[in-house]
Order: sequence, then C-alpha cells, then structure tokens
Amino acid sequence: MESFKTHSGIAVPLDRVNVDTDAIIPKQFLRKIERTGFGVHLFHEWRYLDYEGKKENPEFVLNQPAYRKATILLTRDNFGCGSSREHAPWALEDFGFRVIIAPSFADIFANNCVKNGILLVTLKSAEVDELFKEVLAKPGATMIADLPSQALTGPGGKKYSFPIDSFSKDCLLKGLDQIGWSLQFSNRIKEYEEKAKAGKPWLA
Amino acid sequence: MGKTMYEKIWAEHLVHESPGETSLIYVDRHLVHEVTSPQAFAGLRHTKRPVRAPHKTFATMDHNVSTRTKDFSKTEQMSRVQMETLSKNCEEFGITLYDFQHHDQGIVHVIGPELGLTQPGMVIVCGDSHTSTHGAFGALAFGIGTSEVEHVLATQTLQQQKAKTMLIKVDGQLGFGVTAKDIILYIIGKIGTAGATGYVIEYGGSAIRALSMEGRMTICNMSIEAGGRAGMIAPDERTFEYLKGRDFAPKGTDWDKAVAYWSTLVSDPDARFDVTVEIRAEDIEPQVTWGTSPGQVTSVGGKVPDPESFRNPVDRTAARDALRYMDLKPNTPMASITIDKVFIGSCTNARMEDLRVAAQLVKGKKVHPKVHGIVVPGSGRVREQAMKEGLDKIFTEAGFEWRFAGCSMCLGMNDDQLKKGERCASTSNRNFEGRQGPGGRTHLMSPQMAIAAAVEGRITDVRTFLKK
Repeated sequence: MESFKTHSGIAVPLDRVNVDTDAIIPKQFLRKIERTGFGVHLFHEWRYLDYEGKKENPEFVLNQPAYRKATILLTRDNFGCGSSREHAPWALEDFGFRVIIAPSFADIFANNCVKNGILLVTLKSAEVDELFKEVLAKPGATMIADLPSQALTGPGGKKYSFPIDSFSKDCLLKGLDQIGWSLQFSNRIKEYEEKAKAGKPWLA
Repeated sequence: MGKTMYEKIWAEHLVHESPGETSLIYVDRHLVHEVTSPQAFAGLRHTKRPVRAPHKTFATMDHNVSTRTKDFSKTEQMSRVQMETLSKNCEEFGITLYDFQHHDQGIVHVIGPELGLTQPGMVIVCGDSHTSTHGAFGALAFGIGTSEVEHVLATQTLQQQKAKTMLIKVDGQLGFGVTAKDIILYIIGKIGTAGATGYVIEYGGSAIRALSMEGRMTICNMSIEAGGRAGMIAPDERTFEYLKGRDFAPKGTDWDKAVAYWSTLVSDPDARFDVTVEIRAEDIEPQVTWGTSPGQVTSVGGKVPDPESFRNPVDRTAARDALRYMDLKPNTPMASITIDKVFIGSCTNARMEDLRVAAQLVKGKKVHPKVHGIVVPGSGRVREQAMKEGLDKIFTEAGFEWRFAGCSMCLGMNDDQLKKGERCASTSNRNFEGRQGPGGRTHLMSPQMAIAAAVEGRITDVRTFLKK
C-alpha cells in the first residue's frame, strides 16, 4: 500500500447523501478477479449515458472540464453505505482519488479505505457546507490534506482539523502491511487457540 | 456493572489489545463466496502466506450463479471464471466448498445457519455486508472487505476497534399481517440509514423474543441498512432447538457444555447501552419503501411524501432525486402504485418460513397478468424441502417461476435483472438506484406484501388482501 502524508489536489463536489457502493461501482463490474482497472467504471450509472460506458453524461460533475483531474472528493453524509465490496475504494483509488471529505462514512467502507491508502476526512456538516460553497464558487479549486497535523486546508486557506484514530493514521503514514503487523502476534494467536480448545472444544 | 452480550463476546475473543493500537479479535467462523475472495487468495499467493486454519473457513457460490439452470456451461463467462477461481482456491488452500452443483449450495447467510456453522457466542465474518444475519443466534457477525478476508485467512483474526452499543427494544404484540420485515423497515425509517453507524445493535423486547429464528434473521440481516456494524439477538431455547442436530452443531457432551456457555451470553440486567431506542410493536404497520434508500419507507396506507415537506435541505434534495428516479409523484397513495415484477428471495426473506407463508397466501390465486414473478429459494435444502411440501407447485400454478438457489435479483449479478424503468415488489434488502438492474425501481416489503402485490398488480395492503 502506498503511504499517505500530505496531498494537494482539485476537489470535486458530489452533492448527494447516502452514496452507496452500488453507485460507486455497479455489480456488473465485480466479476473480475484482479484488484485493478475499476476506475473507468467509477460512478458508472451517473457518469455515462449508455450501458457500455461509451457516452459520457456531460451533466455529471466528474465529466466537467474543471473536475476531470480531481483527486479529492467532497460529499455528504453516510458515503459508502451498503455492500461491503472493496471494489468501491479500488475504483476510487484507480480513478485517482486520495482523499474523501464528508460529515460521515459507512463503517465497512471506512475500513476498506484505510487498507487502500485513501484518507477519509470527517468534518462537521456546517464545515462541509462551507467547503461546498467555496468549491462551487471556484470550480477546479484545490485543497490540501495534511495527515501528520490532521488538518485540511480549504480553497480559501481556511484550516479545518479532522479526527482519525492513531492506528489508522500510523497505517496510512507508513503504508503498513497490516497482515504483517498482525502476524507479529502469532504466538498470542496460538495461545488463544489452545485456551479456546480446552474451554470450548466444539469450536476447535 | 453488568456487561452487554456484545461486550462479553468481544472480551472472550480478544487476542491483543494495547492503547493506541488496533485490537485483534479471533474469528471462529469465516464464510467465503466467489465475488469478494479472488483477490484475497491472490494476495496470499503473492506473499506466500498459508491459510492459518482452513477448517474454520467455508465457501459457497451464490452471488452470480444462474438460478435458471445447473448447467455450468450456460453461465456467463466472467462469472464462470470467478466460480472456477473459487474452486481452484479452495482446493489449493484446503477449504470446504459447497459449489454450484452441490446439494447444500445456497446463499451464504442461509446455508451458514442451516448447516449449524452459525452458533451463539461466535465471531463470524464474511466478505458480504449481510453477514449481520448470523447475529440472530447471539453471534457477533459482520461484513468485511477483501483485504480483511485475506487478513482472516492468513491470521484467523481481525483488526477491530470496539463499537458502541445500541439496544433496540420492541415490546408488545405485532398487528395482523405485520412481520419481522416490517419491524426492521420501520426501525430503519425511524433511526435512519446511518442511525446505527459505529454501533452494534442488540434487538430485545417481547416482540423480538416472540419471533421465529427465521424472523430474527430477517431483522439482523438488515442491521447494515441502518448503518450498524452488527445486529444481535440473545440466544434462547428457540435458538438451541433450531441448532440441535444440525451438521456442524456440537454433539454429545459438547452440546451440553455449549448450551451452558451460550446461556451465559445474554446481556446482564444491569448492563449499560450507549443508546436505547424503544418501539411499540402496535405502532408498526406493513411497510413499503418509496425511495432509493431503505430509510425512505412508509406504511402501506401512507403516501409518497412531498420532498418540500422535509425540513432538512439535504433530505429534501435526496427525496427529490429519489422521486425522479422512481418516477413517482408526491402524495400518491402507496397502495395504488402498479408493479411489473415480483421478486421473492434473498438472504433477507428466502427461508422455509418465508416460502411457506408466501405459498399459503397465493394458493389458488393467480399472479396478475401484467406481472412477472420469480421465487428463488435461499438454498438447495430450502428448495428441496419446499418441493417436498408441494410449495413449488403452488407457486408455478399461480404463475410464478420456481428457481434454483442464489442471490439472484437481490443484486442482479446474474441474468435475473430488472430492465430500465421496470418496477419491482421485492423481498430483498436494498432499493438503491440500479441495484436490481440498471434503471430498475425497487419497492422493499415483506413476502406477504409481495404476494399481495403480485396478485393485485399494484402495491396492496396485505391486511385487506387477507380479509378478501
């Protein structure tokens, strides 16, 4: 996994609540056995006018010239709800997104993002409103997300601090191999298994 | 102070805990299917890591299997690759697989309980958000992503932060025609689709206790639609009775030991929950969704809301978007909306009890001439039992198609899909845009309500239908 320290990029406003992972990457693109190549299908139903994905929908925000190179997604509550498909962060990452800003994120989606080097910036609804106004007033404006200081700088220079748990922060900063991290506790896992075997033999 | 059931199971499964780090919890049961696992096995191969405990993982094929035929060659090519990949992976890593042709194949959340793989007190995970279903047995069960699937395969543990706890108490007597599905849709409508984000929900109260195991599974299944990490119901005599004698249930003296242990899992009387929600069963009427999120739901006697009536501007916009997609006008009575398709199936409502109730209701009646309906049993075993009871004949005589087991039109990964603009009365769990097929429109409801809709050709109050 790529490590994450600071990222500066164009922010695109996706003004919708409850954007589910079916909308992020529809089911017909989940039949692959690889992790790559999902970006072209990101937001397929909204982004294209046809099923084949050949005709772009000019009204969809990601197709507008100012936002084509966006790497920061600004959106609303409960982003990433629904299906647990990790294809959603794979598609976002493959498209080029490194940062998503919203008032709240769905639980499984948030876990999946940490595993894929995507930083989730949770801000208050009023702060997200402010950022929407700024971005809409100045399409193509950039923002900076700085993980070490847990600060997001809006297009106008205003700073917003965001929370993140210390383990996720560490994983992102180091681009940590999380399975490797857990395997350092192999002995404890073994001890646990032996104890469980004695107490709850039906689980062994 | 007492402990909640979640806290007890959590404490029992802690392998590692340290301030500033994630906790590691042990996973007793890992379920795998063809769509979210290939990249996990590829990761293991790439890093040359073995599967730590192959006998604790069980696999099946459900998401993109055909429900029309058992002829593998007729399956869509990329789906076939995923299924073949799962077969190869299970063989290479020594994992038990209930494949496409296997008698016990079925929706992972139907076969887990059916085979007795699901047991109280377990931590159960699967690369599928509806893993919350298994919480109906008093297990801590939740969906994970593919990276986590790989993590569980390699370590038999999961990195987890402890969740907050929410008690949802439903007390009283359910009204005539009101089901477990209506309870959970009502709850989601009340607390919202992110209402339980960050929480593990425990469902309690007399109306929950009175439910069958199937009904409890329907409730826990849709916990994720309220944003909850998991949903659980305390195990009781009904739970033990369901499990006894099942293939993987404890046997002999182990059974007695297990029951004694399971009986200790119940939340203590003085346990504190972070949030408590109280609901009167009598307030719940048959529910039906009008929008594109499960929280956009109302009683069947209600009307499509006017977006302008929402005070919160974000909700207003969401309602406007939903009505545009659903092609509905504000203030239209729900019980007047005509439908094209009926889907009876999914991990929410495709168990024996669901099919029995549906068959009983449709017996001697006909599906409306303008409606196309399919019944997709949750598993090979459900299908077989239903056929023994003659339910397949009742459905086909009424005009339904009777299918093989699979996820089918709940998510439309196979060829069971809505066409653009088609409207479906569905017993599944998600009414997202395009969920059942690009441009398709979904109204979620109970199997009873779906049968009433199938016969009348429009959304219908099952209570008036029953009185006919």
